[in-house]
Amino acid sequence: MGISVEGANKSFGDFQALDDVSIEVPDGSLTALLGPSGSGKSTLLRAIAGLETLDTGRVLIDGEDVSRKPTQKREVGFVFQHYAAFKHMTVYENVGFGLKIRKWKKDKIRKRVDELLNLVQLPGLADRYPSQLSGGQRQRMALARALAVQPQVLLLDEPFGALDAKVRKDLRTWLRNLHEEMNVTTIFVTHDQEEAMDVAGQLVVMNQGRVEQSGSADDLYDKPANEFVMSFVGEVNRLGDTYVRPHDIEVVRDRDDSTEEAMVRRIVALGFEIRVELVLGDGTEVWAQLTRGEAQRLELREGQIAYLRPVHAKSFNGSSPSNTPGASTPQEPTDGGDAEVSAAA
Amino acid sequence: MTISVNSPANTSRTSRWSLRVLGLGYLAVLLVAPLILLFYKTFEDGLAAPWEAITSADGLHALKLTLITVAIAVPLNTIFGVVCSLLLVRHKSKGNWLIDAAINLPFAISPVVIGLSLFLLYGKQGWFEPGLSEAGIKVLFSTPAIVLACIFVSVPFVVRETVPVLQEIGTEQEQAAETLGANGWQTFWRGTLPAIRWGVAYGVVLCTARVLGEFGVVSVVSGNISGETQTLPLFVEKNYENFNLPGAFGAAVLLALLALVVLMAMNLLKRKEAA
Repeated sequence: MGISVEGANKSFGDFQALDDVSIEVPDGSLTALLGPSGSGKSTLLRAIAGLETLDTGRVLIDGEDVSRKPTQKREVGFVFQHYAAFKHMTVYENVGFGLKIRKWKKDKIRKRVDELLNLVQLPGLADRYPSQLSGGQRQRMALARALAVQPQVLLLDEPFGALDAKVRKDLRTWLRNLHEEMNVTTIFVTHDQEEAMDVAGQLVVMNQGRVEQSGSADDLYDKPANEFVMSFVGEVNRLGDTYVRPHDIEVVRDRDDSTEEAMVRRIVALGFEIRVELVLGDGTEVWAQLTRGEAQRLELREGQIAYLRPVHAKSFNGSSPSNTPGASTPQEPTDGGDAEVSAAA
Repeated sequence: MTISVNSPANTSRTSRWSLRVLGLGYLAVLLVAPLILLFYKTFEDGLAAPWEAITSADGLHALKLTLITVAIAVPLNTIFGVVCSLLLVRHKSKGNWLIDAAINLPFAISPVVIGLSLFLLYGKQGWFEPGLSEAGIKVLFSTPAIVLACIFVSVPFVVRETVPVLQEIGTEQEQAAETLGANGWQTFWRGTLPAIRWGVAYGVVLCTARVLGEFGVVSVVSGNISGETQTLPLFVEKNYENFNLPGAFGAAVLLALLALVVLMAMNLLKRKEAA
């Protein structure tokens, strides 16, 4: 079931949470809503579920306008950041809640709940209470509960936000596999660009209540529509009016027309990756990402002078992040690195 | 090295002990001693006299009337309290501060004043009097007045105990129930109520204790007629005034025991809530 949102607006008092937002989520896809806090991504997700009412605009699920439908009739599965487990019910009762509401027979509920607990890898925990589970287990229980009623769409609001880093990574992979298995249209909200790129096939980047850009992870990384997207989906150095990713800065020992002089201030070894922090003549601080091999070949020392050659530097017309596509076409220099990029400018 | 008497560890131990003695002493002198004395006085000359007073026709009637009042006032205030808490916490609107303030009125106003205001409504020249007497309903100096008065004074308890719990559990569980297809009633019955049950129960216990022991407002509106409109606290007072000390003490002990049972129920609930 595809989902589309058309011209959504929502304010809370003076705060405009959604500002003319339109998105298109294809049937069966796994889409991430990515943005900093306050960007409107959770509000958009809640509006799709019917937990928020839009001031103006429409929500369509499978082509049907559900804007006036109450939440309980929208057939959406929703997973909350803080699990929203029913604390007074066992895992079994939690997962079976929606089925009981739909007046399923007891033995049918038993069968379905057992299936789901296997699916989310919690077999044997049916009689526990949520307080007896770890965070990761609680969130998987919440997911089983949402899936029990066979929702048309699955909506996840920062599902891994309250979990520690290791559990997060495991659950990401697990969610991706689960989605492949279930094939239910899924939208998930996150502020973590790595998580979004890891899990989702399609990303929608939001900022200040607006959609900045949507597309695949590669699209966003290689062809960002504006400086906000460029800096949000990856690391970035600012050199005057242009932006360049740290791995697109070549460090060389010999100067030529295309290089910029810089002083090596600090070298940080992060295993395979070497992070070189440099200061340009005008005081601009940049960092370059090298591999261990490259760094060894250059024999870099702290305090030394080196020469930088930015490749794939981008500049955006208009200084503020903007939604107007015409104004934000990235100007990509030719690959040779002979771009007119001057850090001193 | 010698350890000085005024070392921090010693000071804190001394202050801890003096605090403890102060607190326990205060409770012992002001709360426990009078109660012990009451029990002692009651049973000083054996069980017969107090037993006779309680099991007299008037005594039993007073007990029955008190229990009837509890049975009507407490459920009504429980339902009202939960509905009102939901209104205050879940449906925020500009007039809510007014409801919030009104609920505290019985805490702030003296029961005697409340009794007099009931007179103005239901008394001889009262607002409701013409309609009521036409319908043949007698409110003042009969059971309805006692129940109304007790409802009035015990309104705040369930609300005050439920509101913080409702605020604490938040709305996510309710929203989760909604997304799973539950309608408003199902969400409340299966989701919200079980989550707030200990708070509500705590309020019910406090409300019951207050209705059991309410004296001031009942003495104004009931007429205090033995065997008719006399609740247990009024029965105690009447016997005391008539120098029937065994009767007064016997009924007082009964009242104290009822209250103790209620308080023990409360402590059990507290422990359950903590678990």
